[in-house]
Amino acid sequence: MSQTILFTIGSITILGFLAAAILYFIASKFKVYEDPKIDEVEDALPNTNCGGCGHPGCRAFAEACVKAEDLSDLHCPVGGNETMQNVAGILGMEVDERDPYVAVVRCSGSFEYRQKVNMYDGTENCTVAHSLYGGDTGCQYGCLGFGECVDACDFEAMYMDEKTGLPVVIEDKCTACNACVTACPRDIMELRPKGRRNRRIFVSCINQDKGGAAKKACEVACTGCSKCEAECKYDAITVENYLAYIDADKCKNCRKCAPVCKSNSIHEINFPPRKERPEKPERVKKERPERKTKPVASGAESVTLEKEADVNVIEMVKKANENKPNNQNSEDKA
Amino acid sequence: MSLAVNNIKTFPMGGVHPAENKLTAGKPIEKLIAPKQVAIPISQHIGAPAKPIVEQREKVKVGQVIAMSAGFVSTNIHATISGTVAKIDKVMDSTGYKREAIIIKAGKEEEEWADGIDLSDDLVEDISLGKEEIIKRVLEAGIVGLGGATFPSHVKLSVPKGRKAEYLILNGVECEPYLTADHRLMLEKGEEIIVGARILMKALEVDKAIIGIEKNKPDAIEKMAGLTADENGISVQPLKVQYPQGGEKQLIKAALNREVPSGGLPIDVGVVVHNVGTAFAVYEAVQKNKPLVERVVTITGKDMKSPSNFMVRIGTPVNNLVEAAGGIPENTGKVISGGPMMGKALNSVDVPVAKGTSGILLIPNEEAKRGKMKVCIRCSKCVDVCPMGLEPYLLMTLTQKELFERVEEDHVLDCIECGSCSFTCPSDRPLLDYIRLGKKTVASLIRERNN
Repeated sequence: MSQTILFTIGSITILGFLAAAILYFIASKFKVYEDPKIDEVEDALPNTNCGGCGHPGCRAFAEACVKAEDLSDLHCPVGGNETMQNVAGILGMEVDERDPYVAVVRCSGSFEYRQKVNMYDGTENCTVAHSLYGGDTGCQYGCLGFGECVDACDFEAMYMDEKTGLPVVIEDKCTACNACVTACPRDIMELRPKGRRNRRIFVSCINQDKGGAAKKACEVACTGCSKCEAECKYDAITVENYLAYIDADKCKNCRKCAPVCKSNSIHEINFPPRKERPEKPERVKKERPERKTKPVASGAESVTLEKEADVNVIEMVKKANENKPNNQNSEDKA
Repeated sequence: MSLAVNNIKTFPMGGVHPAENKLTAGKPIEKLIAPKQVAIPISQHIGAPAKPIVEQREKVKVGQVIAMSAGFVSTNIHATISGTVAKIDKVMDSTGYKREAIIIKAGKEEEEWADGIDLSDDLVEDISLGKEEIIKRVLEAGIVGLGGATFPSHVKLSVPKGRKAEYLILNGVECEPYLTADHRLMLEKGEEIIVGARILMKALEVDKAIIGIEKNKPDAIEKMAGLTADENGISVQPLKVQYPQGGEKQLIKAALNREVPSGGLPIDVGVVVHNVGTAFAVYEAVQKNKPLVERVVTITGKDMKSPSNFMVRIGTPVNNLVEAAGGIPENTGKVISGGPMMGKALNSVDVPVAKGTSGILLIPNEEAKRGKMKVCIRCSKCVDVCPMGLEPYLLMTLTQKELFERVEEDHVLDCIECGSCSFTCPSDRPLLDYIRLGKKTVASLIRERNN
């Protein structure tokens, strides 16, 4: 072996040790202490990085949790109460249970109820269309139908129904991460408490036009007639700008409001069909004459239909109507 | 004509040349009969909507203030027919949304104008009012930029402290295809426009004014040049036919070779630009005490029976104009308020004419459809034609990807929304739609940051 090679090996070895010493010195001098709990909390989180908690990602949320003195302001909507209990366990803190939320679509102006009055051939993007004009139907508040909410959903909990042109939320998959709410330029999506036994009532319309104008644009628009407001015993319903809104905290799910709504804007979700039917909506009867016996009446509280999470009251009544001759209503009458 | 041939200027960067189609250039301005009912939107200008001061069933005269300016950047709104206020309701306007408007129904009796308005055609040349009074009168008369931007004119006339205006530029370029409202106004009311220019010069305390006119209007150039021949300080500048020559910043660059800084205003380089239509309205307001109740609107389209220029009362349904011009042709695909480049498709012909409506354009079906969007082929034509030196393809992509910080860094706010990029794109990409979206988002982000 020539001397050159030996010399090279020697000098590189010395250089290596020198560099290691410098690096060791710097690493120990500038070490950033990170609470190991952050990693633990992060592991307990769903790690979807959806931003539903209001933080940029799960890591940031974990940091906020570790830093916080109490967890009352922090909540992971995706993980829900279970995850928050785990996080509280790691941090040795207490956390209150929160009601789970779910996104609802506050527009039911499907193709059959809301006629197109003009044609839009611009960019197929809700925000762009919204910035250009009121939309291709007479309702300037309603869904534009390009599905930006669906695109925003990280959990595949939404899809566009091609028959109605409206987005549908799949209840079981929805994590209430708020992504669809921020994506919608028209504020149609809303997070509402899932409700006791997954039952909830809400006004599926945000049209603030006067009754006549609203009705002209869409058959199922809230006209602001205030009948529901008068009917509600719990002050849960307020009518402002010709639009009713149901306060989920005050609503006792008594179901008094929906029958008085002439335009069927109030939707009841996951309720059993009504026993007494005040009026049979004739429009609905025509639609689907054939119907196999799938008793909705008996196990109705657990109707979390995969594809029709937003079963509205019309359909509920309709199903009940159609089941009646087949089932002879044995249970109901007894 | 010698003037028109020599010394033609233009802006240096970008621009396109769409087919001119000035079908109505030879049609004199006709007065359209006042309609039986008008819907006057309370927000016809940039800034705060005016506050209605009339009530239902109240009698109003033409020229009476019915909504008061609400803030500095806002202006008055006047009744444009005499009659009674039917209601104050939401009405579909040219924005495509239903917004508050005052609806006036004409009475059976003859039209009655508010007191103190001089309705004669006599030319009043002597300017008796001082600077402050002129600005006050412009506000009272509800004058906004009639070129289409509808920025309240009194704001532009109130030069901020520490700044000094050197030049007034009157914009008679009318670079939008089809439109001829300003062209006809210059031919028919040239004298009044010159007086209006002198009033504006007095209000701004400037002694130099330039009237910019594209050279496809040789008769207007000749007429204005003739009128300004013995006028001190006012000159006519012929300009190359190039869209968007009439853009404020492009016009300043072309006429004076001064560049408005990014994010700045024309006053930063000592210039104030007003449309010739605005100058005429200022003349009427100051010399005749007549508020802005009517404007010239070009109603045109290739298949229209008789495309025309009308003097229209503000609030008249667009339908009345269409009827007066021979009705809607069968194959109409779109009705556009404004020109084909920057105008906006209307979703109903019941929309009222507003202060900013310079034209109504009916486009036949085959021309109305947008092409199907294809992928960007990186030809960079949009970059070449952008008169502001932006990169439209990049701004669109960044907006699509919601990278708004980068959109801001790439000067999206300098976009003048002229539409040259979308016009020129061989892949029919909706560049301007996305840039507008980016611009809007960035503006709201900046507002949030400042609060």
